[in-house]
Amino acid sequence: MRINAEFLDYRRLNGKVREALNQGENSIEVDGVNGHRYLAAALSADHAAIRVKGVPGNDLACFLGAGIRVEVLENCQDGAANTMGDGKVVIRGSAGDITGYAMRGGKLFVGGDVGYRAGIHMKAYRDSVPVIVVGGNTGSYLGEYMAGGIIIVLGLGNGFAPRVGTYLGTGMHGGAIYLRGNIDPAVLGEAADIKTMEDEDWVVLRRELRDYCEELDLDFETLANAEYTKVAALSRRPYGSFYAY
Amino acid sequence: MTLVADRDYRIPSGCSIMGIMDESGKPMSGEGIVRGMSYMRERGNGLGGGFAAYGIYPGLAQYYAFHLLFEDQEARRQVEKRLRRFFEIVRAEPIPTRYTVEITAAPLLWRYFLEVKSLPEGVEEEELVVMEVCEINTTVEGAFVISSGKNMGVFKGVGYPEDIGRFYRLEEYQAYIWTGHGRFPTNSVAWWGGAHPFGLLDWSVVHNGEISSYGANRRFLEHYGYHCSLFTDTEVITYIFDLLVRKHGLSVDLASRIIAPRLWRENDVLPNDERDLNEALRVVYAGALLNGPFSVIVARQGLMIGLNDRVKLRPMVAARDGDRLYLSSEEAPIRILCRLPREVWSAEAGQPIIGCLKPDAAVA
Repeated sequence: MRINAEFLDYRRLNGKVREALNQGENSIEVDGVNGHRYLAAALSADHAAIRVKGVPGNDLACFLGAGIRVEVLENCQDGAANTMGDGKVVIRGSAGDITGYAMRGGKLFVGGDVGYRAGIHMKAYRDSVPVIVVGGNTGSYLGEYMAGGIIIVLGLGNGFAPRVGTYLGTGMHGGAIYLRGNIDPAVLGEAADIKTMEDEDWVVLRRELRDYCEELDLDFETLANAEYTKVAALSRRPYGSFYAY
Repeated sequence: MTLVADRDYRIPSGCSIMGIMDESGKPMSGEGIVRGMSYMRERGNGLGGGFAAYGIYPGLAQYYAFHLLFEDQEARRQVEKRLRRFFEIVRAEPIPTRYTVEITAAPLLWRYFLEVKSLPEGVEEEELVVMEVCEINTTVEGAFVISSGKNMGVFKGVGYPEDIGRFYRLEEYQAYIWTGHGRFPTNSVAWWGGAHPFGLLDWSVVHNGEISSYGANRRFLEHYGYHCSLFTDTEVITYIFDLLVRKHGLSVDLASRIIAPRLWRENDVLPNDERDLNEALRVVYAGALLNGPFSVIVARQGLMIGLNDRVKLRPMVAARDGDRLYLSSEEAPIRILCRLPREVWSAEAGQPIIGCLKPDAAVA
């Protein structure tokens, strides 16, 4: 089913998408999207795909639930996958600031770059482990206050390591960030540290890379054979004694 | 002048800003920016919208164009009497508007094209303009100068930006730089003069965010004779650019290093001369550092600058296509005007994005 968003405001567009899902539609293409906010917000289904043509507005797929796959063919604005709970979001272009803000589960694959503070406040609970994979580079403060989940940054097109700005993982106390190649420890924020890649890290990394490569038509072997740097929390309570003076 | 307590002039806001410049000086009608701004309606709340336009008065380019708000005819008489002391009023006319249901309670809107006829002892022409604007805004009851540059003007009021744009018939103007603002004032009273852009001489500023260093900046600026006060942080941004770029002749790059410097830790890893230069600028101009979350578009004749705070706490997207530079709080407004720009990117913290009129451009 096709929905043309060009002459709809975001409330009506979101209403139409929800209505289509409720009627059992499992493949929806939305075109003419430009700045429509909260697209696919809080949707869930047994199994459905939403394809977005154009540039969706802020908070795409926020609170997304299980069974939904959202694919964006172009760029995204700020706050994509805000507090996303489950499902999958594939953005072929680049995404803006605070991408994956407070993500709780599901997968977010970005083909291009992400802006500042991607993955801020991400967290995991039991088997709900959010994953963000970025094909390009990221702005500073990646994984700020990260409490759980996985972020992978590939820096494709750079040749060597991705550019991740500075203050990487500032205040992080859980989860893991994997960066292709080697990074300068000077980019690390307070509370983040470079860790050795263990066997279980490779298992996670290869699993997510395989999925990412399938979604974005990339060669898995090349990426899986590259070197990776793991960044994780120095301690589980970086600010434990912050006020204890 | 009397100082107002800080609590009375803070205007934190979550706004929309946009700027379009044609670096070859090719004029664009106001229709584009008004349309673009309408795609960010959600960012404002209808309590302020406005636009600045450059190159709109080509036939009257040698005169200062004053855009004024009046509450009544008496205020107009007072201002005209005042202006005649130092200026020849070459032309005076109401600013054309159209009736719209959305825009209500508009003040009287007039524009004056002024030529300086005499200068007070020891005062330069631009200083005189600044002084006159300050005097009118602070002493003439019910009158307010919203812009005072040559061949440019500010059009603003209380309403959503797209409604304000229609009200002022902006599609009838041709400019090579347009900037726009949609306001979301959270704890100040909305009034026509307080909407953005803020304008002084040919500077205009649109701004999303808040300047938490306002007090320190204001004290710093007072040493350089900037006393006129609108009690908004946007005014401080304008004065700092005026001081650094116009008065002290610094490049926009150097000014940006002062206004939104790298954090010390980032500066320490730079090559020695870069590091020392940044350090020297910060020592000399400590009071000009703007702290707090902001994204701002500053323009003057021939120049448009986009700048974010040092840690990128407000959004800004940029795009280039041909001679056009686009800046916007969101990408969608750019895409509606230019479907596939040559280049689209997200602004970096503290790094200015600069649009400059080409040397061979027709305006200037």
